[in-house]
Amino acid sequence: MYRFKHHRPTTIDEAQSIFAACDDPSYLSGGMTLIPTMKQRLASPTDLIDLSQVEGLTGITFHSGLVRIGAFTRHAVVANSAEVAKAIPALAYLAAQIGDNQVRNRGTLGGSVANSDPAADYPAAVVGLGATIVTSQRQIAGDTFFQDLFETALEPGELITAIEFPIPEKAVYRKFPNPASRYAVAGVMVARFPRGVRVGVTGAGPCAFRATALENALNQSFNPDALNAVEIPDAGFNSDLHASAEYRAHLVKVLAKRAVQALC
Amino acid sequence: MSTSVASSESASTSSSGLKPSGLNPSGIGASVLRREDARFITGNGRYTDDIRVEGQVYAVFVRSPYAHAKVTRVDIGDALATPRVIAVLTGADMQADGIGGLPCGWMVKQKDGTDMRSPNHPPLVVDKVNYAGEPVAIVIAETVEAARQGADAVAVDYDELQAIIDLGTATDSSEIHPGISNNLAYEWELGDRAATDAALASAAHVTRLDLTNNRLIPNAIEPRAALGVFDATTGEHTLYTTSQNPHLERLVLSAFVNIAPEHKLRVIAPDVGGGFGSKIFIYSEETAVIWAARRVRRPVKWTADRSESFLADAHGRDHLTHAELGIDASGNFVALKVHTVANLGAYLSTFGSSVPTYLYGTLLAGQYRTPNIHVEVQGVFTNTAPVDAYRGAGRPEATYVVERIVENAARELQQDPAELRRRNMIQPDQFPYQTPVALVYDVGDYEKSLDKALGLIDYDGFSARRKISEAKGHHRGIGLACYIEACGLAPSKLAIALGAGVGLYESGEVRMNPTGSVTVFTGSHSHGQGHETTFAQVVSDKLGVPFDAVEVVHGDTGRVEFGLGTYGSRSLAVGGSALIRASEKIINKGRKIAAHLMEGAEEAVDFSGGRFSLRDSNRSLSIQEVAFAAYVPGNYPDDLEPGLSEKAFYDPQNFTYPAGTHIAEVEIDGETGVVSVVNFVAVDDFGRIINPLIVHGQVHGGVAQGIGQALLEIGLYDSNGQLLTGSMMDYCLPRADDLPDFVVGTTVTHCTHNPLGVKGCGEAGAIGSPAAVMNAVTDALGVDEVSMPATPEKVWRILQGRSPRRMA
Amino acid sequence: MQITLTVNGTLRELDVPENTLLVDILRERLRLTGTHVGCDTSQCGACTVHLNGRAVKSCTVLAGQADGTSVLTIEGIGTPDVLHPMQAAFRECHALQCGFCTPCMIMAAIDLVENHKELDNKSVREGLEGNFCRCTGYHNIVRAVLSAAEKMAAKA
Repeated sequence: MYRFKHHRPTTIDEAQSIFAACDDPSYLSGGMTLIPTMKQRLASPTDLIDLSQVEGLTGITFHSGLVRIGAFTRHAVVANSAEVAKAIPALAYLAAQIGDNQVRNRGTLGGSVANSDPAADYPAAVVGLGATIVTSQRQIAGDTFFQDLFETALEPGELITAIEFPIPEKAVYRKFPNPASRYAVAGVMVARFPRGVRVGVTGAGPCAFRATALENALNQSFNPDALNAVEIPDAGFNSDLHASAEYRAHLVKVLAKRAVQALC
Repeated sequence: MSTSVASSESASTSSSGLKPSGLNPSGIGASVLRREDARFITGNGRYTDDIRVEGQVYAVFVRSPYAHAKVTRVDIGDALATPRVIAVLTGADMQADGIGGLPCGWMVKQKDGTDMRSPNHPPLVVDKVNYAGEPVAIVIAETVEAARQGADAVAVDYDELQAIIDLGTATDSSEIHPGISNNLAYEWELGDRAATDAALASAAHVTRLDLTNNRLIPNAIEPRAALGVFDATTGEHTLYTTSQNPHLERLVLSAFVNIAPEHKLRVIAPDVGGGFGSKIFIYSEETAVIWAARRVRRPVKWTADRSESFLADAHGRDHLTHAELGIDASGNFVALKVHTVANLGAYLSTFGSSVPTYLYGTLLAGQYRTPNIHVEVQGVFTNTAPVDAYRGAGRPEATYVVERIVENAARELQQDPAELRRRNMIQPDQFPYQTPVALVYDVGDYEKSLDKALGLIDYDGFSARRKISEAKGHHRGIGLACYIEACGLAPSKLAIALGAGVGLYESGEVRMNPTGSVTVFTGSHSHGQGHETTFAQVVSDKLGVPFDAVEVVHGDTGRVEFGLGTYGSRSLAVGGSALIRASEKIINKGRKIAAHLMEGAEEAVDFSGGRFSLRDSNRSLSIQEVAFAAYVPGNYPDDLEPGLSEKAFYDPQNFTYPAGTHIAEVEIDGETGVVSVVNFVAVDDFGRIINPLIVHGQVHGGVAQGIGQALLEIGLYDSNGQLLTGSMMDYCLPRADDLPDFVVGTTVTHCTHNPLGVKGCGEAGAIGSPAAVMNAVTDALGVDEVSMPATPEKVWRILQGRSPRRMA
Repeated sequence: MQITLTVNGTLRELDVPENTLLVDILRERLRLTGTHVGCDTSQCGACTVHLNGRAVKSCTVLAGQADGTSVLTIEGIGTPDVLHPMQAAFRECHALQCGFCTPCMIMAAIDLVENHKELDNKSVREGLEGNFCRCTGYHNIVRAVLSAAEKMAAKA
């Protein structure tokens, strides 16, 4: 690992001003992706701005049909929260599927979402539940947040402070893990809202996306067989050692059907 | 204090002269809890990287990013200027110091009688790189981080060459090593080609099968490490390293690599975190470290990153095979013909040449009476990491060929696979049994293991279980593998006649201390096998001394006289036998002393339960009293040397032949192709069992690796020779939730030619299980062949185009 | 950077470079070598310790992140004479062979028992997905964790 300076701001403003003043800074949240990347010398930020001491980035609150989770909230906290499990069981379940026990004890919601790893789990919830990304500057709709491989709508220095997840009538997350890394080869969040069904997909494409064809079919008839005739084009899907684009497209449908089955 | 738990298996006595062990709660047959655990569970293990020597500095290797390239220039100027870098040494420096190439320890004779072709393997690249990750230079610095920065600053100019990666076409490709045409190290054969061809031609049925045996990357959880220390005052070199065989390492580094004379080189393999074969071999890095320690006059430490382990540890297996099995109208196997292309990687690793030949071709008879067998093997160089022994080494490959083709034959003939096997098994009254592929099996009862395994898995209930799976949209399959292996390597004369560069005996020393405790020295090495416990049980039992009074010393050439180390499930059969021989010498000398002290005739002194007693008298002496007398020889025979310490070298007369039946039952998710092993039964005949707890653990671990090979693991290179599975993110090691509970049983026939009647248990799990699992997978899918590993997408694709199941 | 952390109950004040990992602080500075390094991608779990009471991979925690925390390592949970029930269970069930993954498998298992209710064979297997063992096939590790879980529950 190359040398860097470790900053530990206590406020969002301080974090941002350090960011602005540094050569090649990076925010450090749980570090579950960033630190291994730095160890492999694939990243070499000059300055790490550690968010662990920043006020106001943790905590889970509930109001007006929303679950608001602070960006620095660790996966294990979400996974083990009885309140989250009551409001959006699929979200607690999803958090419990991330990485492994040790990773969940360190990794954070904001870090995961800001990284936009195509194989991360949380993005499926952001998109699938139609979450709102609350940042230091503004609010960003989940639908427009993920833009490409490791690319988001965040501006340089902009910091996620919390994510607000609308509470659906029902939702289920199903994941097909990469056998080696346990990241999602494909992950599908199916959520029913009074206004309709949302389907968020991670793992399959360069970043998380809404599967509108699946949503349309389910809005017409909410049962697994309604998805039989839906074509999932694999154009632009990821393809690697573990799964071709074609297989990923197949898995998206299988996982969606399984999620719907669990909801019926 | 030792503790023992109830044994699920009671070892019976054999004709080997050992007394019944029921009297000794920590003796042979008892599930004694391991004494080495005390340090491991408290974090007090002492692995190579845990050792710190005053003044030590750190090494990092510069590795080639290319698989095949000429090195035109190595510029170390900037590296040397890097802060805290002490030295940068290259292959040229090594050559100038007279350091030789890493030798291959087994010269295989080709079928035309000529020697195999072995390229020079300099520890650090001199002018040409032959696999990605090959070390080009060693950078030594005050800290690891500085060494890394120094390594970054070494400028190497590479002239990239076409990489030869594909095993199937490597023999038609340009030469990797100048002068080694067709990239062939050897073409080797065994068995009667003409008779086999004739028998196949007249067979009523011939089953044909093309198989691949996937490349595996061993991944012991402790990465390799080395700490070299040079004492300029005495000229002594000490190498602490992650070795399964420190004496062999010393021998090779001294005799062939020219590091130092043997008496000036001490190799210590302290606690070693797993080996599975990968820590047998003499590698570049350890060699460079001990040499560099002398060059820089500082202790030098290197610990591999996992990424380096993936690139530079010897890989395993990697075969392409075509096999044909001829069967007569009654269902008897009449001939087996096998052609295998074995990937040896870029160089011949220490035992790389012997694994696809003598440890493979000789096992193709399996448990069967097949009268005609012929095998031909092409050993092929590619621009990939060297390939050598990995748990089972040759025998899993042989079992895979035999048991996959037998399974397919049964399906083609619409016979029960268990019954077709049974019909062809060598019968208990046919031993010793000479196979057509050189080996003489001494003993076995194969049907007994088969029947026990069929019972344990409820073979008859399978069709009902299949129906339940099918009702859920899943596919269920069951597969057997009746394996045999040759362990207890090996009779030295035979091995040397076949090309081995070393003998394969083992040494043991049993030292009765004056106060009656016992120190045992063995040339075997434990890196998880529990020798400190098992060997103490053996000696405690033999000498009738308390288990807790026996200490086992291993892994240090400075303390143990000699040894060949641990591999090929040989430790107990060969190393344990040496300890029995040494103990017998102790008893014989003790008898003389006791006779003198008890004023009787030596012939009238019996030894039992740790006491010498004079027949027809009430006189007796404990072995501890005799030991004291031997060291304080006041009243002592005139013609006897004082002291009570004895050595033995045990050279086995034959291999041992563990055998058994493994049965796997799998369920395949019809929508995703995910294969789950839902039941796994292993019934093994390991001969006498010293410690059932440890033996079962060995089977569990081997089976896990075998299931890993069948379903999860594969080492893959791209066409440029870049390792695609270079981390645990892409190379899938089995996790706890990938595996079922295992059902393990044993049957017992005692090895006839070693004093313990033992056969060895370290590899069996990895030998039988891949074939069992793949037989179950192909059964579930109703297809002839699925290449390992049966990954979800591969299975899903088969499900998409599946042909109807042939058998209901 | 100056950091202060409590390791196995002892307060430690250290001056370390920022790019130091917790595992290196433990192994190289404090010579607590029971915590191991088995990979460089945060997969193998051989470096697992408890940080403020929860299992983490110490190869993926920076010095600055460890500042002000309380760290528990294998050396802090029991002694050869008074073993933690998990340590005892590993020995009794022969849940280790080479011993390299063992200390941190034990640390992960303790976290699993302390923080997860109603463990069974399946949930123990799933709960240990962050720890590789290449020797045991996990069979006896699962037995050990379930056995220790009973004893730990009885004690609590």
